[in-house]
Amino acid sequence: MISESIVPLFVAIPLGGAFLIALLKRIKGIPDIFGVVASAGTFIISILFLLKMEITPRIIYNIGNWGGFNEVLGKIVGIQLVIDGLTIFMLLIINFVAFIVAVYSVNYMTRYTEKWQFFCLFLLMLAGMNGVLITGDLFNLFVFVEIASLASYALVAFGTEKRELEASFKYAVMGSVASLLILMGVIFLYSYTGTLNMADMTGILAGSEQPALMYLVFGLLLTGFGLKAAMVPFHAWLPDAHPSAPAPISAMLSGVLIKALGVYAIARVFFTVFGFPHQISIILLTLGAISMGVGALVALRQWDMKRLLAYSSISQVGYIMVGLGIGTPLGILGALFHLFNHSMFKSLLFLDSGAVEYAAGTRDMKEMGGLSRKLPVTSGSTLVGAMSLAGIPPFAGFWSKLIIIIALVEASHMKLAAWAVLMSIVTIAYILKVTRFAFLGALRDRFANIKEVPLLMRISLILLALVCIFGGLLLIPEVRDTFLEPAVRVLISGMRGGV
Amino acid sequence: MSKEHDRGMTVIVKTVTRLTVGLILLYGIYIILHGHLTPGGGFAGGVIIALAFINLDLAFGGGVSAKIFSKGKTSVVEALGAVMFLTLALLGMKYGGFFDNFLHPDGSAGQLVSAGIIPLENIAISLKVGAGLFGIFLTLIVLQKFESEKK
Repeated sequence: MISESIVPLFVAIPLGGAFLIALLKRIKGIPDIFGVVASAGTFIISILFLLKMEITPRIIYNIGNWGGFNEVLGKIVGIQLVIDGLTIFMLLIINFVAFIVAVYSVNYMTRYTEKWQFFCLFLLMLAGMNGVLITGDLFNLFVFVEIASLASYALVAFGTEKRELEASFKYAVMGSVASLLILMGVIFLYSYTGTLNMADMTGILAGSEQPALMYLVFGLLLTGFGLKAAMVPFHAWLPDAHPSAPAPISAMLSGVLIKALGVYAIARVFFTVFGFPHQISIILLTLGAISMGVGALVALRQWDMKRLLAYSSISQVGYIMVGLGIGTPLGILGALFHLFNHSMFKSLLFLDSGAVEYAAGTRDMKEMGGLSRKLPVTSGSTLVGAMSLAGIPPFAGFWSKLIIIIALVEASHMKLAAWAVLMSIVTIAYILKVTRFAFLGALRDRFANIKEVPLLMRISLILLALVCIFGGLLLIPEVRDTFLEPAVRVLISGMRGGV
Repeated sequence: MSKEHDRGMTVIVKTVTRLTVGLILLYGIYIILHGHLTPGGGFAGGVIIALAFINLDLAFGGGVSAKIFSKGKTSVVEALGAVMFLTLALLGMKYGGFFDNFLHPDGSAGQLVSAGIIPLENIAISLKVGAGLFGIFLTLIVLQKFESEKK
């Protein structure tokens, strides 16, 4: 059994990997090895912590050994790292996807020069995301959000073509606005509560009548984290930024970054710190429903494969937000399960789009056709991802959407339930477009000589596809009790309702 | 006139720079080493040191400082600073925790050698920030040359 003292390694391993890559970049193979080993290391540690969870459901770690001062001064001094059910749930998803993406990038990134910069920034982004998850300090959360965001701005611009730079600039401007809003929210909260520790804040906010200032803080934090999560009306940067990045980074951005910086942060702050007030529920339901619709309907019109998938991400984040907004245990279970599924199938689909680009050299679906004969692994895994996204049983995506819709009906949000069903039909329509135009039909002459992608890329595609097929097994009671239920319990136990 | 005066600013600026650049560098080092006692620290001191090098380029024309401290060296020093910072933090785990101040748990206030690993962390940050900022400056110069050659 592992000791609690290794909690900081979630941040230290990727950071150390990134710095060592920068130092040893001249040695051939070092960036690949360090990138894969560091992400595998954090994934293994998260599995170990999942096993430990049964004995100690909540681990608190004091950075810099400041814990002794807490008792003397009667309040929390210094930064605490906290690991609970929700943290472990997110850590497992993020580090698994990061590991798969790192393996995929070893082959894929040979298309670009300066591979070491890619792995360096990739690990910095991973460090930032892991930091957001494990920190128990609100200002520290902001710092890690910034680390992950800054690395992602650079990664979006990695191709340094005109389009990529423009997308990155747009993303950087909107991301900076979001960070500023989050910082202002943190400042106001600090001025009111006198502490930055989230557990302390919860105690102070729960024990007192809250002033009108809190509504301002709600607005600031919801807009800031909403921008990071790309909820409609804050989504404008995503359809440019996600397709412009190299495919592994698109997979990271759509698969996990918007969830760690956006969805997780919203859940953590509004459920456990603010106790899920009624107004937030209404806002999340409304914005979630709008995101669902706008994302899906705009995705229908896209011909660029990656852009279509990016709009689809907006729509699917809408589902997660609606699930959270319901605020019942079933709704939250559905939201978290859908978050897991979306991470898997959206990473898979983005990696597939990268594989198609790698093999056929295009992303425009009008130019493709019949690729399934030449790219059996890529087309097979795309089909699996597409079925999971469309919610076809027995793929994993079906179960999570079903739970969200049942939870909506149970909470008597009938119109929203109907809307969610309607939008999942639109989802089937746009994702069938991908499989129909890219992989079925007649093979064009110019693609007569293309080859299937290299081995490491195929392995990562197959692994993710397997998770998409068998993800529904997470709902088996024994598995659910160790993985999903602890995360749901964390959010439920934080709910107090009402300002 | 010597060849030195073909490029850069006037003799007055060059002379003043030659006299002050050492002082600026020294001031940066002071800010770093005194960071745990007075306002300042690794970040501010690192910026001042980078500015000393940038000052040379401004006065004597581009490329002077790059001869002393090339682009390749900046990235090595920058990575070294970061690795040093992280190593110090990880060493603490052996003694009690991440970022544990294991050298001088009870330092005496006001003494130069008193704050344990904090001055060492300041030095690490100054390497990272100073080399990083100077590296960015060198990159911008290269870009500017590239742009003007294209025209």
